[in-house]
Amino acid sequence: IQMGLAENQLCFDMVEQWMNNNPSASICTSQGARGFKDIAIFQDYHGLPEFRNAVAKFMGKVRGERVKFNPDRIVMAGGATGAHETVAFCLADPGDAFLIPTPYYPGFDRDLRWRTGVQLVPIECQSSNNFKLRIEDLESAYDMAKLNNVRVKGLLLTNPSNPLGTILDGNTLRSIVSFTNDNNIHLICDEIYSATVFDKPDYVSVAEVVDEYLNNANDDGEGDDGNSNGPRPTLNLDLIHIVYSLSKDMGFPGFRVGIIYSYNDVVVSCARKMSSFGLVSTQTQHLIGSMLSDDDFVDEFIAANRRRLAERHRAFTGGLAEVGIRCLKTSNAGLFVWMDLRRLLKEQSVEAETALWRVIINEVKLNVSPGSSFHCSEPGWFRVC
Amino acid sequence: IQMGLAENQVSFDLLEDYLEKHPEASSTTHNFKENALYQDYHGLKSFRQAMASFMSQIRGGRATFDPDRIVLTAGATAANELLTFILANPGDALLVPTPYYPGFDRDLRWRTGVKIVPIHCDSSTNFQVTKEALQSAYNEAVSMGLKVRAVLITNPSNPLGATVQRVVLEDILDFSVEKNIHLVSDEIYSGSTFSPDEFVSIAEVLNDRGSIQSESERVHIVYSLSKDLGLPGFRVGTIYSYNDAVVTTARRMSSFTLISSQTQHLLACMLSNAEFTENYISKNRERLRRRYEMIIAGLRRAGIECLEGNAGLFCWMNLGPVLVDPTREAELSLWKLILKDVRLNISPGSSCHCSEPGWFRVC
Repeated sequence: IQMGLAENQLCFDMVEQWMNNNPSASICTSQGARGFKDIAIFQDYHGLPEFRNAVAKFMGKVRGERVKFNPDRIVMAGGATGAHETVAFCLADPGDAFLIPTPYYPGFDRDLRWRTGVQLVPIECQSSNNFKLRIEDLESAYDMAKLNNVRVKGLLLTNPSNPLGTILDGNTLRSIVSFTNDNNIHLICDEIYSATVFDKPDYVSVAEVVDEYLNNANDDGEGDDGNSNGPRPTLNLDLIHIVYSLSKDMGFPGFRVGIIYSYNDVVVSCARKMSSFGLVSTQTQHLIGSMLSDDDFVDEFIAANRRRLAERHRAFTGGLAEVGIRCLKTSNAGLFVWMDLRRLLKEQSVEAETALWRVIINEVKLNVSPGSSFHCSEPGWFRVC
Repeated sequence: IQMGLAENQVSFDLLEDYLEKHPEASSTTHNFKENALYQDYHGLKSFRQAMASFMSQIRGGRATFDPDRIVLTAGATAANELLTFILANPGDALLVPTPYYPGFDRDLRWRTGVKIVPIHCDSSTNFQVTKEALQSAYNEAVSMGLKVRAVLITNPSNPLGATVQRVVLEDILDFSVEKNIHLVSDEIYSGSTFSPDEFVSIAEVLNDRGSIQSESERVHIVYSLSKDLGLPGFRVGTIYSYNDAVVTTARRMSSFTLISSQTQHLLACMLSNAEFTENYISKNRERLRRRYEMIIAGLRRAGIECLEGNAGLFCWMNLGPVLVDPTREAELSLWKLILKDVRLNISPGSSCHCSEPGWFRVC
């Protein structure tokens, strides 16, 4: 049984119903075919305006309308895979490095490094604090890299996390932003699981941290107590970038809708030109543009998606708990659970984890992903979708 | 008036007619979920099969294509870049005949770090590549300390609007074998030849020479539906390689630039309908030919000659006789005049790296 692929299959009934009710969203139907020619011929790398507008709106709604996204900062890419590679090409030269907390999505080893020549420097996170990234670990990884003459260009965060299914609290996120800002390195936030947060605590996107900063910058510097708080630190927005996609939140990995959202004008411009190598099919842009402009549908979808994910998660972790298997208790997002099988290991080693994994694959016949494939520093954890 | 964009708008009625009669082409009517989840970099088998048979039909059945050698990319732009990443290292060189599509300067060089060394062609041979020009370009690369990895040709040619002659293809293939380099043939205008018999694909040349592995494993064909079918927005590019290692690597690399599964499904339906494709190919050719002849005749009446073309969505117009002097500067000032006073956006030969001033591409 395939439990190694993070696919969101929970809301297709709603999507299919929407498609049936909105035939003009497809250029293949008689209602939609009228627009066929204009759509088929449109190859401008800016993308269809209705597509960008709809995606910007969707991203805002996923964040509870706490922030607004500017459609002109939305750049297309060939899925999040293409988006990450493009951002790496834009921000780094061969030999440069990005810091990345472990455990992380194995695809990054290829996506960020293969053709770009960029390196990844892992920041090991531990189960003792639920694998949450600690600022002191971030600082020491950065210092160590510098000591080894590695040119660190940025930090890559996946928030919500794959494979952990956890989110960063606002204060930690703000501290991370301060760190990257103070050290003048980029911060790339992969937020492709943002709509899969199914439980409290509430999700905080880096966009909200940016927004907070911009709103405060407009204030006259007075704090709540009526006294001046002194000069506020300047946030260099040119260092902040978001990678997004519809593959996880909507369950459309086949449509290759990758998005780069950067607060840096030069990056937007460069990434946009690079998007020529991975534009989204206009047939798909049109469909997504129509679908995501339907406010009622989007609101219902986001809510149903959360509800159904929560139910699944509860059912699954409940079932595992019955047989004495624990999962990471701080997980409240994602399409998977981070299962703790450390007690079942013959010894605390990668070899033992691999041996256990083989047993699960060959005898139990479940395809789950071993923590070592995610560069997890502690053996015995498995991601189960 | 925009005459600088090579778009095929002559056959949309045929496409729209097909869609009206075939609702199953829309993935929304069935298997939406399966289609939306499909992200395998092999690409839909039905689509690859349809592409293989379409490519074969375009070549009048004179070459057949194995669907398992077809790698899908989001447009020919991505396909050309991808092949360059695979075949060359940063600092290496590709030899490209001039005049060539200006987009190559970015697509082949930007992120790959690879250089282009031009193979100079001129009107004395109707811009067909000669053995001397090939050797000359190779020598130039070597003298610059560059390692030559491949020859990249566009057949039919953009901007010439003419097919590459069989004997020239043989020369280029022999040259590639001799120097032990690759041969990339961008055949995106193959379905836009005005007559079915005049286009000779490198695939046919390989066939006719007995499909010897040491020859074919250096050959890679790039194709796309942007020109022949007029669907540039759909981002449908393919790499067809006779080299197993290249196929495998290209397939993995295509992860950065896959074709939307929704679009794969639509085109799989459309292109596997033999009646539709045969009709489309012949009507498209006929309409392109008629348009071409009309433009050529009109220009001739005004005393302007064009290169004798037999393909593509444009003509290669010779304004050499009108130039103040035979220089690039004179060509550019003539171009500015045409742009500002006559208000026609056409492309000057220098933007295509043409070594002979005075030529313009008119779409």
